[in-house]
Amino acid sequence: MRPTTETELAGIVTAAAAPLLVRGGGTRRIGEAAGQVLETSGLTGVVLYEPGALTLVAKAGTPVAEVEAVLTGERQRLAFEVPDLRGLLGREGVSTIGGVVAANASGPRRVQAGACRDSLLGVRFVDGTGAVIKNGGRVMKNVTGYDLVKLMAGSHGTLGVLTEASFKVQAVPEAEATLRCEGLDARQAVAALAVAMGSPFDVSGAAWTPADGAVVRVEGLAGSVDYRAAELLTRLGAGWSRVEGAGHWRAIRDVSGFAGREGAVWRVSVKPSDAPLVLEALAPVVRDMVMDWAGGLLWLLVEDGTPGAVVRGALPGGHATRVRGAGEGPVFHPEAPALARVTAGLRARFDPKGVFNQGMMG
Amino acid sequence: MDMPVPDAAILARKGRIVARLRALLPADAVIDDAAEVRVYECDALSAYRCPPMAAVLPRTTAEVSAVLRVCWEEGVPVVPRGSGTSLAGGALPTADCVILGVARMNAVLEADYQNRFVRVQSGRTNLSVTGAVEAEGFFYAPDPSSQLACAIAGNIAMNSGGAHCLKYGVTTNNLLGVTLVQMDGTVLEIGGPWADAGGLDVLGVVCGSEGQLGVVTEATLRILPKPEGARPVLIGFASNEVAGACVADIIKAGVLPVAIEFMDRMLIRVCEDFAQAGYPDCEALLIIEVEGSDAEIDEQLALITAIAARHDPVAVIEAEDEAQARRIWLGRKSAFSAIGKISDYMCLDGTIPVSSLPHVLRRIGEMSVEFGLAVGNVFHAGDGNMHPLILYDANKPGDLETCERFGAEVLKLCVEVGGCLTGEHGVGIEKRDLMGVQFAPEDIEAQLRVKDVFDPKWLLNPAKVFPLAVTSDRRAA
Repeated sequence: MRPTTETELAGIVTAAAAPLLVRGGGTRRIGEAAGQVLETSGLTGVVLYEPGALTLVAKAGTPVAEVEAVLTGERQRLAFEVPDLRGLLGREGVSTIGGVVAANASGPRRVQAGACRDSLLGVRFVDGTGAVIKNGGRVMKNVTGYDLVKLMAGSHGTLGVLTEASFKVQAVPEAEATLRCEGLDARQAVAALAVAMGSPFDVSGAAWTPADGAVVRVEGLAGSVDYRAAELLTRLGAGWSRVEGAGHWRAIRDVSGFAGREGAVWRVSVKPSDAPLVLEALAPVVRDMVMDWAGGLLWLLVEDGTPGAVVRGALPGGHATRVRGAGEGPVFHPEAPALARVTAGLRARFDPKGVFNQGMMG
Repeated sequence: MDMPVPDAAILARKGRIVARLRALLPADAVIDDAAEVRVYECDALSAYRCPPMAAVLPRTTAEVSAVLRVCWEEGVPVVPRGSGTSLAGGALPTADCVILGVARMNAVLEADYQNRFVRVQSGRTNLSVTGAVEAEGFFYAPDPSSQLACAIAGNIAMNSGGAHCLKYGVTTNNLLGVTLVQMDGTVLEIGGPWADAGGLDVLGVVCGSEGQLGVVTEATLRILPKPEGARPVLIGFASNEVAGACVADIIKAGVLPVAIEFMDRMLIRVCEDFAQAGYPDCEALLIIEVEGSDAEIDEQLALITAIAARHDPVAVIEAEDEAQARRIWLGRKSAFSAIGKISDYMCLDGTIPVSSLPHVLRRIGEMSVEFGLAVGNVFHAGDGNMHPLILYDANKPGDLETCERFGAEVLKLCVEVGGCLTGEHGVGIEKRDLMGVQFAPEDIEAQLRVKDVFDPKWLLNPAKVFPLAVTSDRRAA
């Protein structure tokens, strides 16, 4: 089913008696859900764009590429650097802005500009009863009522079907500098990235891969970027130099190094200084890795079939999601019982018929 | 402004309820003397007062859990309280409630500079969080005006902002995790010193829930390295419209100041009289602050003043040293005190799209004439968060009511142009009855369902945020 209006979509949900698989472009879905496919790709278009107020509102099925093209026309962008995971997940199709929100998909700039949820100002969605609900709005500061905007970001279509989203956007900076150091191991990389993140130089990217080494990024006005790059080189010490950065950041953002390779892929969120411990504990099963967010995010390519308990057992804290491939145990990280009761309660309240993406998120 | 009728059955059981609370806490942590509980009769929305039945001051998560469990068993409403600085009446008691104050829970539990977070008990004041980490060169970014006094618990409840959130975001963007105690005593650990949620973003909905979902006892907060320096520039304009257009141009140009503050003629004069900050006598002024090294600041200010020059400024005052920077901020920061010295006032908090600024200011001016009450405007222009200050005379019968009607009309206007009722103060009781202006019944119902999940008996701060008529069945159940 592919409704072209919000009202039509609401009617479908109201009438639904069997499970629905809610889908944007189907490019970044994690895990499997059974049901009749309900696509949002028929709800398209940028509804409002005010460059002077840094706000953009788009219908949920609007292709990300269309949103980005509109923004580029005014030298603006989505701050959170939307990952393109089609290569990693082996999918085709057109990524939609609603899908980005549903996955809270966020790239390297998260360390500085926040995640998708931090740029998200408002949503409209259809809940499981077929009611159209709005929350938040299109202004930067809004504490009117509960923040269901955050709750919808990253809910993977389990609470409602997004129909519209509004964003705070940012200007494309005048300049960018990337600093790189090869030959560091994970422990050395995390230490170096912590130095960069702990500096006053407003770092907007801090990542590492075994093959390409550690990279650090600053963005802003040209003079300021030169100054901060030079200061960071001094603080980071020998082995670091300024390089062309765009390719590095795209590869980290999209985890493109794992594309087409055999194995399961895990996305692990930890306290940055725990990242080396996790990697050491999982060394026997890990074939490749990408470390982003100064260590706070690990993408792991592991042997297919590695049980979830093995991966999750290596975490001192945080959470791990199996984004691709097989392995014993749930795709999403199991929550502690008290929190799981709250989560289950929210799903039951927003989707009382149990029609949305059954089997996803737990 | 209505509040629910106190439950006589609860008041009749006061002795037993207080005795059960005393069994859980040290003697000085349970207050039920009629004179002593008056301390808790109001918050910073002092026009409304009501002493609670009792107040408790626990020191630990375990004590909070035990207290809530007893109140849950007894069916007693609980109103959580940070430092009592809410401008929206978020901590206003009912006569049959227990105030749960977190003021004694103010410890720093962990400061981790490598991972850039601090974990504190929620009664710690906002400014003292920065105080605990600044020796290492870090700070906690959200900076509400009340930051000397306000507690992190209240900041989380209201999702507080501040002047510098244009660059750094509000509380929700700087909150990594909480320990939350539900009304039945269940302790939830939500989030932690890592990014994102493994499941639903429950932390996101807890932040800003005005103490209605649970009591936050501990919080993990993101801390940031302090910038090398900061410097403000003050720019005066011949009209509000021109100042508004200048703000839009600066934002579009891609400079990201940490703050863009706006004041209109009335506030400029009042603040100048009060603080002698050296403000020019003009229709509107902007205070724009940028951060970085000296050279970086010069680069940004050059761009900003070049943009401002296109809007025929009547004055441009760039701070040449620390002292002048302090003077520029002094006027703005004394705005509320300066107004308070000349009159009673009500501070509004609506947010509007920046593009609507001139229209909204013009309409507020017209309403000021219609209602016969003076109004001054001071606000965070970069993000459209307005703070119109309506002047009234508390001793003049009917003036407060006129002021409230005026305020309600301004907030309706904010919603009409695409904005919202409250940008950083919260709904509390103050904007409770206006929620229907911004939200359709089903929008509100969706929010009520969240509370149903966390607090099915509707005992936590139950008379706030939503119109009483909408919640009456749930509260009575």
